[in-house]
Amino acid sequence: MGGYSLTDLVSIMAMQGFAGLILFSVFVLMALGLAIIFGQMGVINMAHGEFLILGAYMTYICSHVVQTYAPALFPVYFFAAVLLAFGASFLLGIVVEWLLIRHLYKRPLDTLLATWGLSLILQQIYRSIFGAREVGVELPPWMMGALQATDTIQIPINGLIVMGLTVIITIGVYLLIYRSRWGKQIRAVTGNRVMAGAVGIDTDRIDRYTFGIGCGIAGVAGAAFTMIGSTSPTAGQLYIVDTFLVVVFGGAASLLGTIASAFTISQARSTLEFFLSGSMAQVLVLLTVVGILMLRPQGLFTLKVRR
Amino acid sequence: MSLLARLNTPERRELLWLAIFSVIILVVLPSILEPFRLNLFGKYLTYGFVTLGLVICWGDAGILSLGQGVFFGLGGYCMAMFLKLEASSVANTKIQSTPGIPDFMDWNQITHLPFFWQPFHSLAFSLAAVVVVPTVLALVIGVAMFKRRVGGTYFAIITQAIAAILTILIIGQQGYTGGVNGITDLRTLWGWDIRTDHAKTILYFVSAIALILCILAARVVRMSKLGRLLRALRDREDRVRFSGYEVANFKIFAFCFAAAVAGIGGAMFTLQVGFMSPSLIGIVPSIEMVIFCAVGGRTSLLGAVYGALLVNWAKTTFSEDLPQLWLLAMGGLFIAVVLAFPNGLAGIFRLAIDRLPKGPGGRRQPGITPVVAEQAGAPQ
Repeated sequence: MGGYSLTDLVSIMAMQGFAGLILFSVFVLMALGLAIIFGQMGVINMAHGEFLILGAYMTYICSHVVQTYAPALFPVYFFAAVLLAFGASFLLGIVVEWLLIRHLYKRPLDTLLATWGLSLILQQIYRSIFGAREVGVELPPWMMGALQATDTIQIPINGLIVMGLTVIITIGVYLLIYRSRWGKQIRAVTGNRVMAGAVGIDTDRIDRYTFGIGCGIAGVAGAAFTMIGSTSPTAGQLYIVDTFLVVVFGGAASLLGTIASAFTISQARSTLEFFLSGSMAQVLVLLTVVGILMLRPQGLFTLKVRR
Repeated sequence: MSLLARLNTPERRELLWLAIFSVIILVVLPSILEPFRLNLFGKYLTYGFVTLGLVICWGDAGILSLGQGVFFGLGGYCMAMFLKLEASSVANTKIQSTPGIPDFMDWNQITHLPFFWQPFHSLAFSLAAVVVVPTVLALVIGVAMFKRRVGGTYFAIITQAIAAILTILIIGQQGYTGGVNGITDLRTLWGWDIRTDHAKTILYFVSAIALILCILAARVVRMSKLGRLLRALRDREDRVRFSGYEVANFKIFAFCFAAAVAGIGGAMFTLQVGFMSPSLIGIVPSIEMVIFCAVGGRTSLLGAVYGALLVNWAKTTFSEDLPQLWLLAMGGLFIAVVLAFPNGLAGIFRLAIDRLPKGPGGRRQPGITPVVAEQAGAPQ
């Protein structure tokens, strides 16, 4: 790498690494919701990206409403927007589960088609309400700046916020699934639906709220997404394949695997993007992931379950 | 009445439906449609090849592939590469800085034809490649996945990823593939201008006849013991395996068959439409192909082909008049088909036939195409 001095290279690697960390955070947020829905319930939700976009549009609405009616609260609106994004996606998720998904638990491939249909409908609804053009969210000034770590390394504050949000949600999901009574019930239903029902777990209720929470987390991911990209009705579709690969690569039922694979994929991509063109980096990473999955179909981390 | 009675076995009835289908696409459509609309239907027919393969692969063997667009596209690109080389003869491209190579290569400062384009000067090679390239890719994917007993939803996601990879690759390597515009401005096939109405009508008949031949081939597969095994492993994979069959090989066969016919469809598409581009082969078109098949009926060859024709026709009609409504209607259609009619239009049709008063042929036997059972959910 002639032309770059050693310190330049170090700074570049650090900044690329940090860009990778932000991508990683959004990947993790998206993949967490999917890991719950796909990994725990075995449901392929092709409309996951549209739940994400719902969260993003909620953030957009929230920023506008706050700016118009309560400008004093503008600096902190983002935190309210995250809650609103979660709530909206959660509610929509519960409705979708009740109307659609619960009829299809025994036909996973059909769920895929039905949720694809749902994603088309949602995209059209977004287009009718918000228009086909991309919308951006205005951030309060204090979130726009960057920390000057050294002379050559800058760390954007909104990236830090996204990462903080990711850490909080990840810990929350961990506690929910592995440390709460309710999480125990979810895992019991995943392990053996019939037996779980026989020992008195209301499997229908568990399914509904699990799906809802998975969608809700997608909504939060959408709120975080507004900080790094602009929102359009079809933006969700761009990320759905990546996210599914993250979940499958990590081993569908393993939370740790999801995080590890999100980290690997996002870091590999943002590092390669510096050396190759963006599209070649993406192709190379996807090919590697598919290749590894062919050798090790169960993913990086597996849960020991008797099937 | 004796004629009816003789027609009343399931196999013969199927042949009768096939005859009716042949009459519709070979006689009725060409006589009522103007050349422009007929060419559109020719385009829809090429999707019929893909849905036909999906009936074997998805309806029978239970393998859902979300990457059929890849095979369709590979077939189409193989054809397009031949036509493009013919269109970029030295005489046609003398204004370029390097005459004799396709225009998009010249725009991307490529000065000689890349090695993998060289064999496409030959028509025989290109025609073979239309079938062989998709089949070999399907073979590689199939061996890697099915031998390791990866199936169900995992397989679907991985095929989808492959569709994404191919699209990104084609768009990224603009100089070698034509990039996002695809391979355009195709003119002649061995000196025969394919852009005239007359040529398009002939190409329509060629694809219609090829489609009927493919339906017959698929029918032979379905009626044979092989077809019964495919359906058996869809419903109870373990039992077939315990009976001593190597399940993976049958799955690989079904997947390769679907890929090969999809490749033929892609080549016919290129010939009739006159270009091939990544927007026709990515994730969204691939899923749409599955939807055509689901709407028509995943367990019926003719149903799936009618599905491709009807959905595409509806798409063109609606998006001409009411583009906003189209996505809503399409989304609603998928959900309705999956929830209420898992066997698609063919299933509805079969129900209607069974409700008719029974003829002198006595009790009808169940057809050779059983209803879709609830698929076992375990991915591995």
